[in-house]
Amino acid sequence: MTEAITLVVNGVHHELEVEPRRMLVQVIREDLDLTGTHIGCDTSQCGACTVLVDGQAVKSCTMLAVQADGSSITTIEGMANDGQLHPLQVGFWEKHGLQCGFCTPGMIMAAADLLARNPDPTDQEIRHAIEGNVCRCTGYQNIVAAIREAASLMAAGGTSAGAAG
Amino acid sequence: MATTDVLGARIKRREDPRFITGGGNYLDDIKLPGMTHAVVLRSPYAHARIRSIDTSAARTMPGVLAVYAGQDLAGVNALPCAWAAGGVQNNLNTPRVLAIDTVRWTGDGVAMVVAETREQAVDAAEAISVDYEPLPAVVDAEKATAPGAPQLHENAPNNVCMHWTVGDAEGTARAIESAEIVVRQRIVNQRLIPNPMETRGAIGRWDPGTDEYTIWMTSQAPHVMRLLIAAFVLGVPEHKIRCISPDVGGGFGSKIFLYADMVLTAWASKQLGGRPVKFVETRRENYLATTHGRDHITDLEVAGTKDGTITALRVRTKANLGAYLSTIAPGIPTTLYGRLLSGVYAIPNIYCEVDGIYTNTAMVDAYRGAGRPEATYVVERAVDLFAREAGLDPAEVRRRNFIPPDAFPYQPAVLIGQAGYGLPYDSGNYRPALERALEMAGYTNLAAAKAEARARGKYLGAGISSYIEICGVAPSKWIGLPGEGWGAGLWESANIRMHLTGKVVVTTGSQNHGQGHETTMAQIVAAELGVPFEDVLVEHSDTQGTPFGYGTYGSRSAAVGGVAAQKAALKIKEKARRLAAHMLEASPDDVVFEAGRFYVKGSPDKVKTVQEVALAASVGYDLPEGMEPFLDETAYYDPPNCTFPFGTHVAIVEVDEETGAVDLVRYVGVDDVGRKINPMIVDGQLHGGIVQGVGQALWEGAVYGDDGQLLSGSMLDYALPRASWLPTFELDETVTPSPVNPLGVKGAGEAGTIGSAAAVVNAVVDALSPFGIRHLDMPLSAPKVWRAIHASEVQS
Repeated sequence: MTEAITLVVNGVHHELEVEPRRMLVQVIREDLDLTGTHIGCDTSQCGACTVLVDGQAVKSCTMLAVQADGSSITTIEGMANDGQLHPLQVGFWEKHGLQCGFCTPGMIMAAADLLARNPDPTDQEIRHAIEGNVCRCTGYQNIVAAIREAASLMAAGGTSAGAAG
Repeated sequence: MATTDVLGARIKRREDPRFITGGGNYLDDIKLPGMTHAVVLRSPYAHARIRSIDTSAARTMPGVLAVYAGQDLAGVNALPCAWAAGGVQNNLNTPRVLAIDTVRWTGDGVAMVVAETREQAVDAAEAISVDYEPLPAVVDAEKATAPGAPQLHENAPNNVCMHWTVGDAEGTARAIESAEIVVRQRIVNQRLIPNPMETRGAIGRWDPGTDEYTIWMTSQAPHVMRLLIAAFVLGVPEHKIRCISPDVGGGFGSKIFLYADMVLTAWASKQLGGRPVKFVETRRENYLATTHGRDHITDLEVAGTKDGTITALRVRTKANLGAYLSTIAPGIPTTLYGRLLSGVYAIPNIYCEVDGIYTNTAMVDAYRGAGRPEATYVVERAVDLFAREAGLDPAEVRRRNFIPPDAFPYQPAVLIGQAGYGLPYDSGNYRPALERALEMAGYTNLAAAKAEARARGKYLGAGISSYIEICGVAPSKWIGLPGEGWGAGLWESANIRMHLTGKVVVTTGSQNHGQGHETTMAQIVAAELGVPFEDVLVEHSDTQGTPFGYGTYGSRSAAVGGVAAQKAALKIKEKARRLAAHMLEASPDDVVFEAGRFYVKGSPDKVKTVQEVALAASVGYDLPEGMEPFLDETAYYDPPNCTFPFGTHVAIVEVDEETGAVDLVRYVGVDDVGRKINPMIVDGQLHGGIVQGVGQALWEGAVYGDDGQLLSGSMLDYALPRASWLPTFELDETVTPSPVNPLGVKGAGEAGTIGSAAAVVNAVVDALSPFGIRHLDMPLSAPKVWRAIHASEVQS
């Protein structure tokens, strides 16, 4: 048994047939082949699967795909624009906000939600906003710096990535 | 950037663009034509006999391709233990890929379903009926050795796997008996669950046309996995197996080892005629069935004089190894633990005995630091306990007992190995790191800070940890079979090819799972060859196309793998010099190399760049007599010694008397990791390491019920550190290059974890000293601290 749903993912319209028991993250990863969104746990604790649903950060392992019917979704693959990295992507790269990279997409999406609500957060506000996202590599310090960097880039209106080295 | 500046530069990481855009390629992202999905049915009992398994219903479920039970894999050998340290010989017990008659821990695999989709496999696994006869279980290493305890293995009476000793038993006993001060304390280093953010998994594919296997795996050591699967488990020739680690989402030790699913997926693919079989753990399975870390019960005795000189340390440890031995489990609480018990101190008498114990729990093996955090925790708690008993400042006791800077290389007796010779601490100067950390932490104003906190209703404490680490674990002749019992070598390798266009491809046997090797190895090679960093590509983690390497763990990839890359570059340079001399019509002895250019001594205007030489080597039509075309060199590096980074960490905590909650308010670290290849990456390693130690000190702990059920079985129940629980770390450095290797590097991957748990616990105990509390076991959760405060007889 499947249900017909409509999703707009990263600006692309999709008509999908999904089993009602399947989670949004499975549809994103398996049906749409957008594997940048990761699954890190089975209890909605780690946040690796965070995406934006109608602009709000959502743990996509906790939302049934049928619940997302009709909504607009942004995943990590939709953050860069015409090859131009999003300021959060620039911030994470510049400030060494990632190591193994597995939590990074979810972390960036959670941070995008924060910066949309609060464009100039304090370190404590950043730490609070990413409480639902676990990183085991970085100790969070450089993630906080990365998000702060993104906030200042966005305030300055700059999004350039710069080259390595 | 000038090529000469590339080594030591804060270069942004090569690997990041793919990770920040969702372009990483982790195991579960791999899709192969005809892919099937495997689910393992796991024992709900910690100890039980399997009377029967009925898979008939499962076999008829939609999409099911096959259901296998242990008996179906009777021809597949048990997984090997590759490090039979500690005298483990006759009672070595390792797991089968699926249990046959008996399950020995909750999570032991009993059957595997392969289906067209993962959901179908899950449904079918639920339809398998297993008739278990439950047996009594034991989960605690001490209870497991008590009379009447449930027995796990016939060949291991009283569940004792091994008994290992190091040091001078008699001398230490005499020193303790005659000492002015002796402090005794039991300390528990609790069991931890490593928790890389990506769980483990494997995809096996057998090719019917070539009879070759390809196994994708979330492994820190794909070359070793291939070797173990070929030589010990499947009996397939090594050259018929290719192992690939794609992007790996963290490991922290737990992905070093050989796991059943790597074998199961490959074996099942052959049964299914070559369809690929994918297995990916759920997080719950990761908690149940992937290795855990630590789990020591230790009785320590520290002795010394009233003026603060430590004269003896005696340590008796029961190390819980779980139901079976994981791949390198015996080496962790022996070689990597007991041999580090001198810490940064000149302690004249040390004796340590370790019993390795089987229990009905998940296997325990290396977890970040692997033995060295346990050793540092013992030593640094012992120093604080001793200082308190002597009525001295813990900082002063450390100063008084540090190995002095003129004593290097320094040979602690406990580091003299089974092979009969020792690995001396390579270099060190411990006091400057301590003094700098104390200065940064405002240690001299501690009394005022405590009074200020008291006025706010808080108890403030400061804790010091002066740690040492063994990094770059090797040399093969020290750690190998006749020495520490490691069943192989521990060298590393690298190959460098310099192409016609001057672009450079480095292949390394090391494995990158977050450490940034694609960046740092390129920095090493670019600096050595004098080529632009952008022109160097680093490839790794595929046994096809990379030279053999033992993998990435033990903070060894810079000090062993990085040096192998440098050695390969030196070989390239040497051949290029001979060719450049030919091109310059000079003697090779007269040709010098500088920043990517060869020229004849005294004639710096007439040059051949290394790229021009690579072109000449590649086209090959004008080479010196006897020279082979192309610049292609492989180097193997087996270092003469390990490296020994060190540092001092200081934690400042505040304890709320009302709730028992501990707030880590400041954390200062001064680390000496030798020369740094990329300081940005080193800082990141330190941050992450510190948090794993802080997590152990304050929040984390694997908890089994007495019946063997894992009570901390999900991220809801196991408290992983969160961003808002942590302060901003304040780091500084001293730099004492290692004389062991030409790069002068030591290693940084585990330093933070090794130093931090003791610093935090020492701080909390200091904060609680007004209550007469001398010791508390980790994790120092609010209820535990609250109870301790309220149980104390001393009312502050």
